[in-house]
Amino acid sequence: MSAAPILEARGLVKRYGHVVALRGADLELYPNEILAIIGDNGAGKSTLIKALSGALQPDEGEIRLDGESVHFRTPRDARGAGIETVYQDLAVAPALDIAANIFLGREARRRGVLGRILRMLDQGAMRREATRHFAELKIGVQSIAQPVEDLSGGQRQGVAVARAAAWARRLVIMDEPTAALGVKETGQVLDLIRRVRERGLPVILISHDMPNVFELADRIQIMRLGRRVAVVTPATHSMAEAVAIMTGATQVENDR
Amino acid sequence: MRHSLRGRPVRGRRSALTAALVLAVAAAMLATGASAGTSADRAAIKVGLITKDVTNPFFVKMRAGATAEAKKLGAQLLYAAGKNSSDNASQITAIENMVTAGVKGILITVADAKAENAAIAKARSAGVLVIALDSPTDPKTAVDALFATNNLNAGILIGKYARAVTKGQTVTIAMLDEHAGSSVGALRHNGFTQGFGIKNSDKQIVCVANGGGDTPDSQTAMENCLQKNPDIDVVYTINEPSAAGAWTALKNAGKTTSDVTIVSVDGGCAGVRNVKAGVIDATSQQYPLLMASKGVDAVVNYAKTGEKVSGYTDTGVNLITDHPTAGVPSKSVAYGLAHCWG
Amino acid sequence: MTTTTERAATAPGRTYAILDAGRRVLATPTVGPFLALVLTMAFFSVKTDRFLQTENLSLVLQQTLVVGVLAIGQTLVILTAGIDLSVGTVMALGQILMTKLAVVGGVPALPSLLLGILTCLGLGVLNGGLVTLVRLPPFIVTLGTFNIAFALTHVVSNDVTFTGLPSTLLFFGRTFRIAGASVTYGVVFMLALYALAWFALRQTAWGRHVYAVGDNREAARLTGIHTGRILLSVYALAGLTSGLAAMLLVGRTEVGDPNAGQTTENLDSITAVVLGGTSLFGGRGTIVGTLIGALIVGIFRNGLTLIGVDVIYQYLVTGILVILAVSVDQLTHRRRA
Repeated sequence: MSAAPILEARGLVKRYGHVVALRGADLELYPNEILAIIGDNGAGKSTLIKALSGALQPDEGEIRLDGESVHFRTPRDARGAGIETVYQDLAVAPALDIAANIFLGREARRRGVLGRILRMLDQGAMRREATRHFAELKIGVQSIAQPVEDLSGGQRQGVAVARAAAWARRLVIMDEPTAALGVKETGQVLDLIRRVRERGLPVILISHDMPNVFELADRIQIMRLGRRVAVVTPATHSMAEAVAIMTGATQVENDR
Repeated sequence: MRHSLRGRPVRGRRSALTAALVLAVAAAMLATGASAGTSADRAAIKVGLITKDVTNPFFVKMRAGATAEAKKLGAQLLYAAGKNSSDNASQITAIENMVTAGVKGILITVADAKAENAAIAKARSAGVLVIALDSPTDPKTAVDALFATNNLNAGILIGKYARAVTKGQTVTIAMLDEHAGSSVGALRHNGFTQGFGIKNSDKQIVCVANGGGDTPDSQTAMENCLQKNPDIDVVYTINEPSAAGAWTALKNAGKTTSDVTIVSVDGGCAGVRNVKAGVIDATSQQYPLLMASKGVDAVVNYAKTGEKVSGYTDTGVNLITDHPTAGVPSKSVAYGLAHCWG
Repeated sequence: MTTTTERAATAPGRTYAILDAGRRVLATPTVGPFLALVLTMAFFSVKTDRFLQTENLSLVLQQTLVVGVLAIGQTLVILTAGIDLSVGTVMALGQILMTKLAVVGGVPALPSLLLGILTCLGLGVLNGGLVTLVRLPPFIVTLGTFNIAFALTHVVSNDVTFTGLPSTLLFFGRTFRIAGASVTYGVVFMLALYALAWFALRQTAWGRHVYAVGDNREAARLTGIHTGRILLSVYALAGLTSGLAAMLLVGRTEVGDPNAGQTTENLDSITAVVLGGTSLFGGRGTIVGTLIGALIVGIFRNGLTLIGVDVIYQYLVTGILVILAVSVDQLTHRRRA
């Protein structure tokens, strides 16, 4: 890892009353990698992710993007900084079509009077863009004008991922991207995540699925009781070893 | 393809249900079409009748009278009504549609004295004879003719009666009207006060409320009046269902029939029976059947001869009571029962 | 991802586009109501030749004016999975204000109209504010506004019917001739409003956001849509359409009627929306469907009178249709998180 990290978090602390969700958690994300975050329930994975995506503000600690210190007060701030998130429940509007969902909240308007005064949408342009993204990510659908509710689970995940990949400038965060999928569709989504990386966007993902994690991730960050306890790779550790670290069966020195 | 719990594609189910919806519409229409009877475009003269609502026995009798007369004359009666006694929007729509349906004349008890004049004017300019029944319009010239009880007289009669039986003493009076804009309501109310010999601002009138012209609303209105003034001697009610509701409230408050004098207007059979039972002391009987059948006659005559009826035709009113009092002409309950409606 | 499209999806091929469009048309929520409308019209045309006359059709349009315009605002609200029970009485207040100001207050016609419309808009904003800021359920909020507007109507009008309106107020009731029929300006206005609503819902980001908020509010929020502003806007617009409906009502009846809007204008507007295929759960439906729904009710009432059937059957048929339409909605719809 000779390159500098794109995203760094140092000593993040988050308290909810008496409960301490993060106790000085760290993270580094390097270019062109897929970093998986694993940990038992309550380890702080979701909280860490939310801090990185602007959904909550840490009480202590620092986040750096490309070396610059950043403070995200809302998810919009994180998006503005180029960080896109794929939520566990996808956050798509099923009645709207694929293109509409890709551009939801960021719709393209026509140029000129029609766009500025009548605020008319450029549906053709949005559809073309969405089609292009789908093609690059090799997601197969019958038509970009299909309503999302007509898609299979894997295709829907594809929509959510494509949306994040289309807008992200720096990195993409994914929360349990294969949780609701069957075997075949899981495989397709894993391929999809690799293609996101190939587009030059590093990915942080949370997953409970050990085999998937070990198949996909370049590095694996293990969290326990609100902090990072280890960073391993599939090459250096086996699944069983990682799980042991995760549950505390194996004690490790906190790795930096 | 999105799948439902039972595995069938949702899109398929939606189109199946859409088809079911459309078939149901078709079936419904066949059913109503069947009840339409013979073709509506035969050469019979069409007469329209529009009442305030469908349920008040007064209007039921009116409709029965119109139907019978139409049948006798070989005319076809088209009927419509509002959803309640203040619904003029439905009446306006009915006027328009009946004109398109080809009626020669429309008989109508207007829910609002003014709000329907525009629609009536359009009907008249299309050559349709419009006769107001029972409730006058404002202005009176908005319609061709008015066949009605002289509602002012009806009020005067019961006003005089109430004054006579209370022997000139100072009393407390409650008045249950119906909704604002009701011309009938205004006439009967003012007739009562005139007959009683007082102004509307007289202090003996302690409560004026909207009893809606029906039983449950009048009970509520009377209860509220009693809260303000537990001692009521005289109750004026716009019609007999209203009187029935008022009586329930008074009875529940511990009054007996001899404590209170209740007067009303209408002369429906149920109301006359209430007079017999002593609940209502006197009622002004009017003759809706006569209004309706005369109306049908007038329209058919107009259709045949082009002769329009105009002006005001008084269809008569009689005071019905079993306790007549000097100075106020009245007829017995037996007479009332023989000539009642509903 | 199906095996037949393993290769990357290209821009939709012509055949795909046509087939897909065809399939989508069949499954769109508007097809059912449209077919029902066509069937209804066919039925009445067969039963009587008075139905399909241009004058009669023009009349039906006039009779659907008020409910039709109220239903535009109601559609917007229902698309966000809300409901507005106050449209009828807010309209009543608006028309009383307009007419009283003009007749008794001596205010010139246009400012009277404007003040009436603005009052209705204000009540709509009140609804929206309570729904978004205080987070009260729309059913409760609009029920409250319904009663408030009802009371205010009676207080302001003092239960008097206002007549003798200045001619400007009667503008929308006036007719002009086109293609051998007389059409009122009110009808033209209503159709223009529908066109405007269609454009806003289908061709602007705001419209998409309305659908998104009704379909999956959390998703809308997470994608950065100001859900509060969207909700406020639809209730405000419902207030505005109540005000516009008031203006059209005045043009049609030529009076200020203290008893207006009390019977079933609220429910009729909801009926039109539901019959038009819009889902009460939000996120699905079309404005064209609403117009069809309003027309179906109006056509039934008109047609039944023309063929001499008791108009009571209109309520029976409408009731059955509403139950069927809502059942279709319920059975084909499954909320996804």
